[in-house]
Amino acid sequence: MRTIKFLLQKEFRQIFRNKAILAMIIVVPVMQLLILPLAANYEVKNINLAVIDNDHSSYSRNLISKVTASGYFKLTGYNGSFKEAFKLIELDKADLILEIPAGFEKDLVREDQQKLFVAVNAINGVKANLGGAYLNSIVRDYNQEIRVQLTAASATAFSSGLEVISSNWFNPYMNYHLFMVPGILAILVTMVGGFLSALNIVKEKEVGTIEQINVTPIRKHHFILGKLIPFWVLGNVVFTLGLLVAWIVYGIVPAGSLFVLYGFIAVYLLAVLGFGLLVSTFCDTQQQAMFIMFFFMMIFILMGGLFTSVDSMPEWARILSKLNPVSYLIDVMRMVILKGSGFGDVLPHLLIIAGFAVVLNGWAVFNYKKTS
Amino acid sequence: MKQFIIFVKKEFAHVLRDRKTLLILFGMPVMQILIFGFALTNEVKNSKIVVLDYAKDEVSAQIISKIEASRYFEIERSLPDAKETRRSFQQGTIKMAIVFPAGLSGDMIHQKKAQVQVITDASDPNTANMLTNYLSAIIQDYQMEQNKTMAVPYRIVPETRMLYNPQLKGAHNFVPGVMALVLMLVCVMMTAISIVKEKETGTMEILLVSPFKPMLVILSKAVPYLLLSLINVASILLLSVFVLDLPVNGSVLLLFAESTLFIITCLSLGIFISVKTNSQQVAMLISLMGMLLPTILFSGFMFPIENMPYPLQVISNIVPAKWYYIIVKDIMIKGLGFSAIWKETLILGGITLFFLAVSLKSFKIRLS
Repeated sequence: MRTIKFLLQKEFRQIFRNKAILAMIIVVPVMQLLILPLAANYEVKNINLAVIDNDHSSYSRNLISKVTASGYFKLTGYNGSFKEAFKLIELDKADLILEIPAGFEKDLVREDQQKLFVAVNAINGVKANLGGAYLNSIVRDYNQEIRVQLTAASATAFSSGLEVISSNWFNPYMNYHLFMVPGILAILVTMVGGFLSALNIVKEKEVGTIEQINVTPIRKHHFILGKLIPFWVLGNVVFTLGLLVAWIVYGIVPAGSLFVLYGFIAVYLLAVLGFGLLVSTFCDTQQQAMFIMFFFMMIFILMGGLFTSVDSMPEWARILSKLNPVSYLIDVMRMVILKGSGFGDVLPHLLIIAGFAVVLNGWAVFNYKKTS
Repeated sequence: MKQFIIFVKKEFAHVLRDRKTLLILFGMPVMQILIFGFALTNEVKNSKIVVLDYAKDEVSAQIISKIEASRYFEIERSLPDAKETRRSFQQGTIKMAIVFPAGLSGDMIHQKKAQVQVITDASDPNTANMLTNYLSAIIQDYQMEQNKTMAVPYRIVPETRMLYNPQLKGAHNFVPGVMALVLMLVCVMMTAISIVKEKETGTMEILLVSPFKPMLVILSKAVPYLLLSLINVASILLLSVFVLDLPVNGSVLLLFAESTLFIITCLSLGIFISVKTNSQQVAMLISLMGMLLPTILFSGFMFPIENMPYPLQVISNIVPAKWYYIIVKDIMIKGLGFSAIWKETLILGGITLFFLAVSLKSFKIRLS
């Protein structure tokens, strides 16, 4: 016990002595939490629309004004030909082209049916999908209006009237910040814990001070614990700061209990730190440790369900993501903070993360050799 | 010039000697393009939902079988009552609940108006939105089928064409994005670290007292990384074409030229960081923790930049990866030529010159 106390003293002194790193650990996450959620907005609006009106009739004009009045679309081009409009798509000035064929009004009345041509820039699938869907529903509404107008029948005559009513639980205003802030905080806590612990032992190796520790009677698990605890504390500090920022800036108050949240983070940090330590026992230089951490961090982040949903990934990727600790944290953060899930709801996650913590730390202790 | 070549040789020896790093360096981009190219998708599918069917009639049965057939939804077999729905949401096991009220088909026939109620887990607003859209489309389809017998006059039929990416594959969007991300971070990190390392271990002093120009010492460090990164670009492109089935519609030569420019931009950013910092840990924290998330977000491949608040749109302009992402997308997928991307090229060039100039100015020959 006394040994650990002295080791802790050493580690804390080293951390507090390096002001530049300490500032980065605190300032960078807070800054990112302040800015990034504002940037991460999936709400599809301002879809740039180019219109080719070959008809110039009152119907086509009405349709166009209906589309632009919907609030989803911004008319950026009113072109004479498809070629011109396509140019706008190439330049990213337009996302969607709506072409109204010549004789639209006349044929609709005479032939009972008329086509509209829509072309969507589909490189970004979400925007293409949603943009197309919005446009379709506007056209449908407009169609209904015309029908009622032309046949002078009541509006219900042509629909079987099956309506979809949706209610959005846990986030009725569909506020995207509520979704992003807990996720980004999860990533930041992971990065702080993972990077710092990964670099730490390697640095002692690189500078050579690890030899001095190896010749002392310090036991292996003492040494690892001495490295773990300071970063565990720092991780908790960053997490607390993040919660404060979420509360003060974004007005997000966890719907669930803070105990559950902190309990989970406590175990989670052990797992992440263990991972960092494990990496650092494998490497000889800080450069190597950093690259390996970078590799895993990118996979953890991009596959963790922060930006794209894990459910939509192919089977093998979903299985892979079961090994991704970050995906559990992001899940739990969103569950507890937004949905008010209780201890029982997150217990499966907690057990898995505890398993990670035991395995990773055990492996790190095993892998750390005092003699070379 | 001869001196410069000797220095470059020294740097190559450094890089090639560290086998572990070299392996990571070449293996990492390949692995990541493969994983992300296949796994990342913005589409929402296989979402688990529950159905509460109080109607238990023909209409609800038909709609449910339609939902089952779609790849967007996976119906969880159990049919809990309304109370249990909330718990399922909290446990995170379902994304949506659909409620068919009792007497559905009766309402449809007699009142010509009936409602299907949808409850979504809006803690993820995007998925909630998409799922509601998908379900509406399915129900609309169903109604269309039912109405076939009843002729609807004056129909406007939109014909939608998906340009560039008819199958709406995620890779078209994500591969250029991940390419920009990986190249940027690898280049910045490597140069920054390898220069700072010489400072930290003290060997920088030895280099600085040599008769060689100090700035060239730094530049010679960047050369091996430029070559390594070009090899990475080549392997990423080969993988994208042959494994991920992505097209390269434009000129490959142009793509390589632009990639070279982008790599140089990143190397100069790395040099800039290395001039400003003194320890590897700080350099790493800046180039990884400081840059990873902002690069992901501001390059525009995850979230459309035009949706961001105006100040952030301005900030996004200083992220080199954003411009490279646009360039790669334009050349590879849209198949455009240089005339479409000269502006982006100029901006990347400008950023490069800026970082080089500032580094040159603040580069100190004396270490302490």
